[in-house]
Amino acid sequence: MKEVIHTPVPSVEEEEYHINMGPQHPSTHGVLRLVVTLQGEIVKKLKPHCGYIHRGMEKMCEKDTYPQIIHLTDRMDYLSAHINNHAVCLLVENALQIEVPERVKYIRTIMDELCRIQSHQLWWASFGMDLGGLTCFFYGLRDREKILDIWEESTGARFLQSYYTPGGLMWDIHPNFQKRTKEFLKYFRKKIKDYERILSGNVIFRERSRKIGLMTKEEAISYGVTGPSGRGSGFSCDVRKHHPYGLYDKVDFKEILYQQGDTLARYMVRMDEMYESMHIIDQLIDNIPQGDYSAKMKAVIKLPAGEYYQRVETARGDLGLYCISDGNKTPYRLKFRTPSFSNLSILDHISRDLKIADLVAIGGSLDLVIPDIDR
Amino acid sequence: MASNIYDNFVYSLTQWIHNGLYHMLPPVWALVVELTIIGLVFLIFYALVGLFLVYAERKVCAFMQNRIGPNRVGPYGIFQTIADFIKLLMKELVTIKNSDKLLFNLAPFIVIIASFMAIAAIPFAKGLHAIDFDIGILYVIAVSSLGVVGVLLAGWSSNNKYSLIGAMRSGAQIISYELSVGMSLLTIIILAGTMQFSELVAGQEYGWYIFKGHIPAFIAFVVFLIASTAETNRGPFDLAEAESELTAGFHTEYSGIKFAFFFLAEYMNMFIVASIAATVFLGGWMPFHVWGWTGFNQVMDYIPPSIWYIGKTGFVIFLMMLFKWTFPRLRIDQLLTLEWKYLLPINLFNILLMAFIVLMGWHF
Amino acid sequence: MDLEKLKERVLTLVPEAELEENNQFLTFFIPAMKLHQTAINLKEDEDTAFDYLFCQSGTDMGKYLMVVYHLESTKFHHSLVFKVKTEDRQNPVFDTVCDIWRTAEFHEREIFDLLGIRFNNHPDLRRIFLDENWVGYPLRKDYQDEVNIVEL
Repeated sequence: MKEVIHTPVPSVEEEEYHINMGPQHPSTHGVLRLVVTLQGEIVKKLKPHCGYIHRGMEKMCEKDTYPQIIHLTDRMDYLSAHINNHAVCLLVENALQIEVPERVKYIRTIMDELCRIQSHQLWWASFGMDLGGLTCFFYGLRDREKILDIWEESTGARFLQSYYTPGGLMWDIHPNFQKRTKEFLKYFRKKIKDYERILSGNVIFRERSRKIGLMTKEEAISYGVTGPSGRGSGFSCDVRKHHPYGLYDKVDFKEILYQQGDTLARYMVRMDEMYESMHIIDQLIDNIPQGDYSAKMKAVIKLPAGEYYQRVETARGDLGLYCISDGNKTPYRLKFRTPSFSNLSILDHISRDLKIADLVAIGGSLDLVIPDIDR
Repeated sequence: MASNIYDNFVYSLTQWIHNGLYHMLPPVWALVVELTIIGLVFLIFYALVGLFLVYAERKVCAFMQNRIGPNRVGPYGIFQTIADFIKLLMKELVTIKNSDKLLFNLAPFIVIIASFMAIAAIPFAKGLHAIDFDIGILYVIAVSSLGVVGVLLAGWSSNNKYSLIGAMRSGAQIISYELSVGMSLLTIIILAGTMQFSELVAGQEYGWYIFKGHIPAFIAFVVFLIASTAETNRGPFDLAEAESELTAGFHTEYSGIKFAFFFLAEYMNMFIVASIAATVFLGGWMPFHVWGWTGFNQVMDYIPPSIWYIGKTGFVIFLMMLFKWTFPRLRIDQLLTLEWKYLLPINLFNILLMAFIVLMGWHF
Repeated sequence: MDLEKLKERVLTLVPEAELEENNQFLTFFIPAMKLHQTAINLKEDEDTAFDYLFCQSGTDMGKYLMVVYHLESTKFHHSLVFKVKTEDRQNPVFDTVCDIWRTAEFHEREIFDLLGIRFNNHPDLRRIFLDENWVGYPLRKDYQDEVNIVEL
């Protein structure tokens, strides 16, 4: 029986017209289509159309073994590839009650924080570019290359490394890793002051981001907006603090919260988070203990029957993996609760009665990565 | 007295051509040929300066973004723009189905003609300009305002929502900022007492107006820079063609030679506005003289006036390019607020201040 | 609030709940009729205050279709899971909770898209990832597709 589902045509009032932003558009950061109903320059309604990069990951996971799923999660939110992999590894390790060596925990935490810094660098580069400061793009990407070079040396790939496996790491880090990371931290501490001078201190930028896209704390909680976007409204949702994993309960770092809830607050949260990440790496980089780079695992990984939920904090927010296992080597059902999916749902609500230029700024400040929405 | 070696040279060249033509041909034909020669010289100058400016922008932009810029086509990439121009000439002219064909084809020409007419009145050295009106500044402002018609026509006739939004924004912006441009130039006219370009430059023989008029002239210079950047749709005021929001604004649907016209006209408008700034505020082709230092003045005279002119214009153009590649973009309502709530009152107050200073004789 | 007290509080609020043992979180099965009322009670009660729905997923368990709600309280930092199920595979229907937690709007659209479960009173129930005229619900275990799925 063929079901025909009618897409409701948005109702049009006098003087309203529709504009289509995307799926190919310089500032939607991926294949997202936004049908915007405008009255002059004012946004009246916004309907996002997702699914252009839907690959059916959850269905694929039902036929893949757990180490194979790691490669899929890389491609989900590609800017937090390491952190996504960490989620799958933690899911398996906690379900099988395996204790990973200390060395592995140190390296994983350092790699996660480097991942967070490079994701925020790319976010800063493209946010500046969207607002018209095209030079920001080059500065952000130039500094991000340093992190990619560090990764290439240790893991073999610049991007989408799939470096973690359940039980530990694929192979040990390169001997140069500590030295290069320390050099990078010294270099980036100077460069981030440039970032602040170009964008944060600029009056044009402040006028374009202050009081734009206001989101109250209750709205953030209700819409499930997590990560820096939620913390810009005062919603304390950092998984590293509330449900610590890795070494996050042993290092000292602050959870950055701003109360204003506008684009500028979300921007400042991410800038401050870069400082905090550098602080975390500082505390860990000199103390990596010697040891194995992986615990002993069986060749075939089977999770005992039951339900498991693992949460990690990606650069975008709260990633959740909900796994229902029936004892086989592939999960019965694996659901990814991705942060960008919930972050997108608030875009319509906070852009009402603002202009197109503000819509671009808000979209940039929410930091959406489209494969994270569509999986 | 100033720069007499060089202006003798220019004068003798033009006299030689003039006499030669009138000698050889009947007067009517001589006039026609003379006009044709002037027209051709200006066309070639326009095209060459445009090409050079595009190359200069790419190099300055690269310098600010920590990269090199074009460096393959020709030594240091100087033939890059010529290669781009040839490519644009060879592109297919895409016609749109439901567009108004006459207006669509007319729009780029209007924009080019407006900027071309303005360049006729600018003096490049003593005696080296096409026409010397006694209302020179008024003429230039009036004629460069014609460009907005071309922009609006382009946006409307493209039959494309993005183009229309871009054209509407641009139209509002240009019309608002013309006011500030005119009034900041008015401030200097009060100081100089004349609108004629050659008189303006001659009056700066013993000091450029920006120094002679001290405070109000400096304020007028700053306001003029901001307003003219907005007038030419450049820099932080380029939301009419904001690539990251509206793809390409009012010239989205143009391709090939028509797009080249818009592109060229934008750079030439920048050149014209920089020339006006250099002529009115910074002395045009007049070297940097200080009243009373005759030895210093004679040394300054050795540098040809055209070089002075190019240097000053180049400096202002470099400033405008710096603005574009550093700052993010303003939103349309912020832009209009800046003009109507900030620049206009500052301008009006400045004019009063300058009139008062001229009356009391408190200028240099 | 510790686990025992939470369990008692929930059982007081929702007497029809059945506890499921040995899970990572406190898990309850709720009859489908009581879904909306339970959700409102769990959110508005001052001792539980579950205001953050951090995951809503649907599963095809073979015999029945199930929707799982993971809740957390931002005030007390305790978590809860409740599930509803239906054996009707032709026309599974539940009540929507998107008037209670706004994040459910997108999650329920996804569940409808991939599993075919409808939700009453949803403001805009249509497919979110797949095409409008796609036939079938891919996440169901009996979904056949020779074109797009390669069986090894």
